[in-house]
Amino acid sequence: MKRKLVLIGNGMAGVRCIEEILKLDREAFEITIFGSEPHPNYNRILLSKVLQGDTSIDEITLNSWEWYERNGIRLFAGETVTEVDSERRLVRTDRGRVVEYDELIFATGSNPFILPVPGADLPGVTAFRDIQDCERMIEYAKTYKKAAVIGGGLLGLEAARGLLNLGMDVDVIHIFDYLMERQLDPTASKLLQRELEKQGMNFLLRKETAELFGNGRVEGVRFKDGTSIAADLVVMAVGIRPNVELARKSGIEVNRGIVVNDYLETSVPHIYAVGECAEHRGVVYGLVAPLYEQGKVLAQAICGRKGKPYEGSVVSTQLKVSGVDVFSAGEFMDVEGTESIKLYDEARSVYKKVVVREGKIVGAVLFGDTSEGRKLFDMIQRGDSLEALSLSLLTPASSGGKGSLVAAMADTDVVCGCNGVTKGAICQAIAEHGLKTVAEVRDYTNASRSCGGCKGLVAELLEHMLGEEANRYTVKETICGCTDLSREEVLEAIEQRRLMTVKEVMSVLGWKNEEGCSKCRPALNYYLGMLYPGEYDEEAESLFVNERLHANIQADGTYSVVPRIYGGVTTAEQLRNIADVAEKYNVPMIKITGGQRIDLLGVKKEDLPRIWADLGMPSGYAYAKALRTVKTCVGKQFCRFGTQDSTGLGIRMEQTFERLKTPHKVKMAVSACPRNCAESGIKDVGIVGVEGGWEIYVGGNGGTHLRAADLLCTVKTEDEVIEMTGAFLQYYRESAHYLERTSKWVERVGLEHIREVLFDVETRRALLERLHKALSATKDPWRDIVENERLQQMLFRDIGDKEPVPVE
Amino acid sequence: MMRVEVGTIEQLPKRLGKCVRIGALELALFRTGEDRVYAVENRCPHKGGDLSQGIVSGEYVFCPLHDWKICLRDGQAQAPDEGCVKTYRVAVEDGCVYVEL
Ligand code: SRM
Ligand SMILES: Cc1cc2nc3c(=O)[nH]c(=O)nc-3n(C[C@H](O)[C@H](O)[C@H](O)COP(=O)(O)OP(=O)(O)OC[C@H]3O[C@@H](n4cnc5c(N)ncnc54)[C@H](O)[C@@H]3O)c2cc1C
Ligand code: SF4
Ligand code: FES
Repeated sequence: MKRKLVLIGNGMAGVRCIEEILKLDREAFEITIFGSEPHPNYNRILLSKVLQGDTSIDEITLNSWEWYERNGIRLFAGETVTEVDSERRLVRTDRGRVVEYDELIFATGSNPFILPVPGADLPGVTAFRDIQDCERMIEYAKTYKKAAVIGGGLLGLEAARGLLNLGMDVDVIHIFDYLMERQLDPTASKLLQRELEKQGMNFLLRKETAELFGNGRVEGVRFKDGTSIAADLVVMAVGIRPNVELARKSGIEVNRGIVVNDYLETSVPHIYAVGECAEHRGVVYGLVAPLYEQGKVLAQAICGRKGKPYEGSVVSTQLKVSGVDVFSAGEFMDVEGTESIKLYDEARSVYKKVVVREGKIVGAVLFGDTSEGRKLFDMIQRGDSLEALSLSLLTPASSGGKGSLVAAMADTDVVCGCNGVTKGAICQAIAEHGLKTVAEVRDYTNASRSCGGCKGLVAELLEHMLGEEANRYTVKETICGCTDLSREEVLEAIEQRRLMTVKEVMSVLGWKNEEGCSKCRPALNYYLGMLYPGEYDEEAESLFVNERLHANIQADGTYSVVPRIYGGVTTAEQLRNIADVAEKYNVPMIKITGGQRIDLLGVKKEDLPRIWADLGMPSGYAYAKALRTVKTCVGKQFCRFGTQDSTGLGIRMEQTFERLKTPHKVKMAVSACPRNCAESGIKDVGIVGVEGGWEIYVGGNGGTHLRAADLLCTVKTEDEVIEMTGAFLQYYRESAHYLERTSKWVERVGLEHIREVLFDVETRRALLERLHKALSATKDPWRDIVENERLQQMLFRDIGDKEPVPVE
Repeated sequence: MMRVEVGTIEQLPKRLGKCVRIGALELALFRTGEDRVYAVENRCPHKGGDLSQGIVSGEYVFCPLHDWKICLRDGQAQAPDEGCVKTYRVAVEDGCVYVEL
């Protein structure tokens, strides 16, 4: 049965979290949402643009009524939750509705702070928070002329700009002596003030409001210094307060916001908080980017897939006032312990400052030219060192320099800060779905869906992509020339339509060559085997000869035989047996391989089944895309440096994972100390014993493209080595392209990503389950053939010698 | 002309090659997915690979040694590779397969 999920607050953070949940698991919950506002979820950020006349209210809807319906969500808009009973797990609303929950999310946002001064409740005084406030201001501007905005922060300035656009005269009242003091340093602030004055705003700085006066409606503002101004409309934009009353009443721990841990859990079980109402590690955020990050983490947690915890965010701000470009992020003030690099071009009103602490970039302020803002923000988040800063970042933008900016961005650089969308993700979406407009990019990637500040960059990227650079992204990696489909598309189709044979895949998916080729047939054969372990029988005619005959073909058409010698450890008896067989079949060469075992080379095809029968040893899979060898060093049993039983573990690993088919061959090694005599550093999976544990390395390669393996993790026990290795192999099996060695795959998907997958307990368990299913369906192929006369006839016996007969 | 009876059609599994020796000559026999039978000299024009063990697709075989693609009808190696193997005419009568030399 579905669990019941209730969301209080139909706003930006809460609904985004629901979107994330639906992405993870559509079926898990029966979802109910309550929202005090009578609208579906809309983009609050763009209220500034609505006020400025750039956008209409209809255009800022984020999730339409139809969206809720389509996703089976019950929405009660215009209904406020008034009581939460966490004992009985139910909520009550102002309309007397009672709804039960299994999981409850608070996303109640914040309330605008209204100065507690006389007259604050007069008609004509408004906050700037929701659609209603916005409509009220637009209405007022129709009849009245004089507006006062209290608060010279982001919100106040955006409101003031809007009121100017609506034809009002605007005074901005600010308690400090410079504007946006929470986002800007004094230099940038003064430049900003100068620019806004040019646009027609009037500033009253260092003014503290004492009262609002008026007869029946507001008529003016009086300050503590005794002066006053006239005003027909007063907008209070002095800050926000997390909306926590309901939570407090319900017995949830509340500080400034609702206190949550790194998984957004409150002090009461089954109750979470996300968004502006939540306080995480002492911080309450008031911008959407961190709230969306929280939403993602919460979605995973609530779906039972706890991944990376939420550890807080570095925020960046941009002011949405046309004609003014300001940007700030991180620690932007010059304080004790920081140094800064500044560029100040007074003539052109360009100011750039990068703040450095202990050699690392920790903050930045840009005014006049903010094109490098995103780039700097990435550097701050990564904690890049000063050296990474190219000085050109700080030089004034040359007129033609903009286009090259998107080109110069790395694929991992973030374009849309609100939604954390990278250049790479956008380019890929453009290429894959043939996107042509900013709106299409928004719908596919979320980029520019929130504050819209990156629209320009997205447009540039589009231009750029549809022009010269398009090729780089449009070359889709198809399986081979027989199809235009990528590996992912083919796999999806196989699963969705339950295609069960190579032939079926090729015909249903419209292969250009009816019978495929030497590239796609073995690949499809692998994918089918991986998707349907135990159900799918390999098609001999779709296998490369080595895998079909379970032996390596040689230049002269003979074959080699490499039996398993687990962990490279053998016995006198085994050696004698191999020697006898080699003699009996006149094997031309007996060679010790680089993989610590013995290769019998130059065997005739017809002799293979007989040799295998006589050897009585399992196949060493030296020919297969599968586990090859597990190389080991002597280990602590004998070696004076050994800290661990490397041969023991190596043998166990080889016995555990033998016969496992993989996208490409897999080699492993176990060394008992960091001297690494088994060369664990260049293996697909390399284990190094250290005092009290084992290091697991992955993605090494000693072949054509040498690559040192990366340390995946360190574990304590052999069981953990087996578990991690198993999960790693299974994830490789499921997500690598056929013929992609782990070295390439690790680089393509990223070690961090692999870690995220493997370190999640639930995901790992699921991977291991599928691995065991695959392993239990395998059997030794040599034995199989030795016992199967029909297979021997079909694959190993030729027609033999024939005599020509003359015909007339 | 010589004619050799090289076996029955049942001895030729579809899309899996078989090798037959006639004196010093070695032929690769193929029965395609569409049930046509071809015979070519069993020596890849590249480095003499055992074509009978290649992957068969339509009327082509991919050499198991270095993946050259050889046409079974005319023996031509497909671009970018160049070369040719000798092909032989095949007749199937009453389930028996004959090659003409
Ligand atoms: C037998 C052996 C050489 C030896 O006599 O020591 C060998 C022999 C062959 N290697 Fe190897 N490799 C052998 C160890 C290695 C090693 C060393 C190792 O494993 O410690 C490497 C580098 C390590 C690695 O793979 O990361 C190695 C890298 C390759 C490569 C390049 C792989 C790559 O990703 O770059 C190929 C080509 C391929 O697989 O596509 C290859 C391919 C081959 C093939 C299978 C060529 C082929 O496709 O027919 C050779 C088959 C000879 C035969 O008929 O037996 N062999 N080969 C070794 C068998 C080890 C075993 O017991 O299974
Ligand atoms: C004019 C303006 C401009 C902004 N510009 C930017 C910007 O450029 N960049 C940026 O990142 N951020 C900006 N913000 C801030 C951003 O909009 C907020 O951070 C974001 O909307 C917070 O999301 P939330 O879901 O936490 O809260 P909200 O979006 O406020 O949603 C909370 C919802 O819960 C409802 N609710 C509360 N209590 C109850 C209850 N008991 N029962 C039912 N419903 C309830 C409320 O009515 C509200 O609809 C701006 C905000 C404003 C007002
Ligand atoms: S290095 Fe490996 S693939 Fe190359 S010739 Fe030697 S055995 Fe063959
Ligand atoms: S021998 Fe046939 S491709 Fe090289």
